[in-house]
Parts: sequence; structure tokens; C-alpha cells
Amino acid sequence: MLLNMITANSLQLVSAPWWRVLYDFSSLTKSIDEGLNNTMGHFWTVVTEMIIIGVLILLFYAVIGLFLVYAERKVCAFMQNRLGPNRIGPFGIFQTIADLIKLLFVEMIPIKNADGFLFNLAPFIVIIAGFMALAAIPFANGLHAIDMNIGVLYVIAVSSMGVIGVLLAGWSSNNKYSLIGAIRSGAQIVSYELSVGLALITVVILAGSMQLSVIVEAQRDGWFIFKGHIPAFIAFVIYLIASTAETNRGPFDLAEAESELTAGYHTEYSGIKFAFFFLAEYMNMFIVASIAATVFLGGWMPFHVGPWDGFNHVMDFIPPFVWYIGKTFFVIWLMMWFKWTFPRLRIDQLLTLEWKYLLPINLVNVLIMAFIVLMGWHF
Amino acid sequence: MSNEWLILFFLVGAIFVGAVLIFSGIVAPKSTNPQKFEPYECGIPTEGVTWLQFNVGYYLFAILFLVFDVETVLVFPWAVVMKEVGMAAFIEILIFFFILGLGLLYAWKKHALIWE
Repeated sequence: MLLNMITANSLQLVSAPWWRVLYDFSSLTKSIDEGLNNTMGHFWTVVTEMIIIGVLILLFYAVIGLFLVYAERKVCAFMQNRLGPNRIGPFGIFQTIADLIKLLFVEMIPIKNADGFLFNLAPFIVIIAGFMALAAIPFANGLHAIDMNIGVLYVIAVSSMGVIGVLLAGWSSNNKYSLIGAIRSGAQIVSYELSVGLALITVVILAGSMQLSVIVEAQRDGWFIFKGHIPAFIAFVIYLIASTAETNRGPFDLAEAESELTAGYHTEYSGIKFAFFFLAEYMNMFIVASIAATVFLGGWMPFHVGPWDGFNHVMDFIPPFVWYIGKTFFVIWLMMWFKWTFPRLRIDQLLTLEWKYLLPINLVNVLIMAFIVLMGWHF
Repeated sequence: MSNEWLILFFLVGAIFVGAVLIFSGIVAPKSTNPQKFEPYECGIPTEGVTWLQFNVGYYLFAILFLVFDVETVLVFPWAVVMKEVGMAAFIEILIFFFILGLGLLYAWKKHALIWE
């Protein structure tokens, strides 16, 4: 009897997917938490954990931001048949670090008659919005800062907070170009936010939850872009267009159209304050791309094809974090491709595209998805 | 982790920006020159006030956005329970989207969506 139980248990251990145990970050974080709790009091444990998480998230933010600026310049160079940055370090990979150091040592010019308080507040808002959105993103199995039950809604809400920073920056600069850029950016971001929300609702219907970890877990046997028939694919395309517009990137970069508005809302920012806006733009791109990867492309879930067990096992060997980063960078690469392919839109074309095409299509798309879920036609 | 940890992310962002600004303020050189503090517009002195009136079209879109954004917030809880409730939820959202579509159609016919 006892032997039976032991063999049953060990069988269970063997049959449990060992790779999930190996790649599960929650056991690592739990052991760190227990270790800290054993050596010091509760209060100091919390303080230490806060410092560890804070430093990690800061490092992650800085590395991703700097890498994305470099990647954009390289991708742009390849698309225009140039070399791009190639002087500092191998293939120029330290170019952005050099740029950052240079910007740190550049004087921050206070503008005459500018609204000083709001002028200085704006970089804080755009950067904090990025940090807070990072809190809800599942990076890998168990590597999840805060697993909120309203994750999708939270990310939309927080990432659109950045528009306040952009508006404040343009308003307080005492520069007409900045003001025009900020107002354009406001109109654009609020318009396209609707499409982002509705495209995500399409997936929430399919998943039946707004919790990002549940959404990822529901894609174990197939990513939502494949599971959800045509509506999910349409939603993905709409999400890509709308999120490109929401992050103020080309071809929707009217807010900083350099041929007409010098640099739009951050014309008057110099030195490191300008760098904050630049960094925030790339971090917003990373955040929307990682939400696209999480919600449509399965997040950290490996690519599985139903009955092909051998193939699935090979895919399981690749760590979840690699899957997550790979998918995110695929979406980011798509967005860069858009930017360097299409010419900039006019404001009337931009608003027509949203209100006359994307929004009605999106509303119908949500209904079709609801009907498919109702009939059980999804995979 | 529980949701209270969000304050940590807020603090990390604020401290990051604040510390870098202070550092840059210490190491960056300073020089004064009356022309340097002028707003950057075409290189010539600026004329008139900056905070001008702008196109009323932006307000129209802002109002439309408010309507549809509130709608999005209302649809999110519906989307979560859609699978469980089934047919009733589908009919309800049909009616809801019909009314909403009428609103969009009204704005469209009133030329609120045309940029002038």
C-alpha cells in the first residue's frame, strides 16, 4: 500500500512537466522571500524586497530603453540601406550609452515665461506612467510583479496617463509649436485609445478574464490569434495600428512632426529632460508591444501545435522569458517597420481612419467575437 | 504581491527622475545669456501670447471620446461574464451597441467627424 502510494507519487512527479518546475520563477521568488524572512524581521524583509524589486525594475527599464533606441536606429539604417551607428563599441552598441552620458552633461535651459512647475512635472508623469504599466506585465512563468484581476484595464488606464504629461509639456513650454503638437497628440491618443480598448475587449470575451496570468494560461493549447478565428486576427491588426498611434510613433507622429513643428511638444526640453521624453516613448512602445504579445501571441507560452508531441516538447525547452522577449521584439520590429515604410498622415486622415473605419469595424468585430464564443465555434 | 506594491513602482519612477535631474543639475555647465531663454520658434523673437485659441474640432473629438470611453468601461465587465451568461448577454450588447451606433451615425451625419 505504502509502496503503491510512493510509486504513484513519484510517477506524478515524473509526469508533471519538469520544464515547468525548472522554469517556474515563483519557486525562486518564494525561496528568496522565505530566506529573507528567516534572517530578519518582517519589516526589514519588506524593505529589502522593495529595494531588490526597485533596482531590478530600474535596471530593466534602463536596459530596454537604451537597447530600443539603438535598435530603432539600426533597423532604420538597414531599411534605408545605411550602416547606422557603428563607431562606439562593436556594431555601435554603446552609442546610446554615450548619448545618455552626453545628455546628462548638457545644460537644462529654463524657458522664459514658461510655466516652471508644470514644465518640470511633465517628465515625471511620462516616466512614472511607464513604470506603473510595467508592474502588471507577466514576463515569464511566475515572474510577475503584481497579478491584478483587472490587469488589461489597468494597463490601458496607466499607459494612457502619459498623455497628461505630453499635454502639460506642450502647454507649459510657452511655444506655439509645442502647444499645437501637444493638442494634436491629445486628440490622437484619446481617439486611438478607444480602438485599443475595444480590440482588447475582443480577447477578454474569448478568455473570460481580465487577469493577464489567466489570459496567458488560457493560451496553453494555442495562441488567441489562432484560437479566435478571424475576429481575433482583425483585433490584432487594429491593436497594432491603434497602439502605434497611441505611442505617437510614425506614421502617426503628428505630435512631433519635425517638418512642421520643429519637435512638437518637447521642442523646449533640453538635456536630460528631453532624454526622459525620448525614453518614455520607447518604453511605451515596449509596453504596448508586450501587451500585444501577452494578449494575442500567448505571452511566455511556447508555440504548441495540437497533436505534434515531439515538436511541442522541443518548444518547451526554450525558457518562457525568451519566448516573451522574442514575441515582444517581433511586435516592436513590426512597429518600426511601419514607421520607416509609411509617410506621415495628416490630422484629418488620422481622425477619419479612427472614427470612420477602425471604430465601426471594431464594434462589429466585438459582436462577431461574442457570437462565436456564444456558439462555441472557437478552437 | 498585493496591489499596495504599486506605490513602489510609483516611487521608483519618481526617485529615478528626481535623482537623475538633480545629478544632471549638479554636473551640467551653466551660462546666462538673455537670448538663450527665448522659446525656440524659427530663430526670430516670438510675437503675441502663446496660449492661443485653437480649432474647435479638437473639443468635438474630445466630447465624442468621452462618450465612447465610458462605453468601453461599461463593456469590460460585460466581456468578462459574456461566456457564463450566454444568450442574454449577447442580446443586451446588441441593443447597447445599436444605441451607440445610432450616436456615432448622428455625429457622422452632423459632420462632426469631418475635419475643417
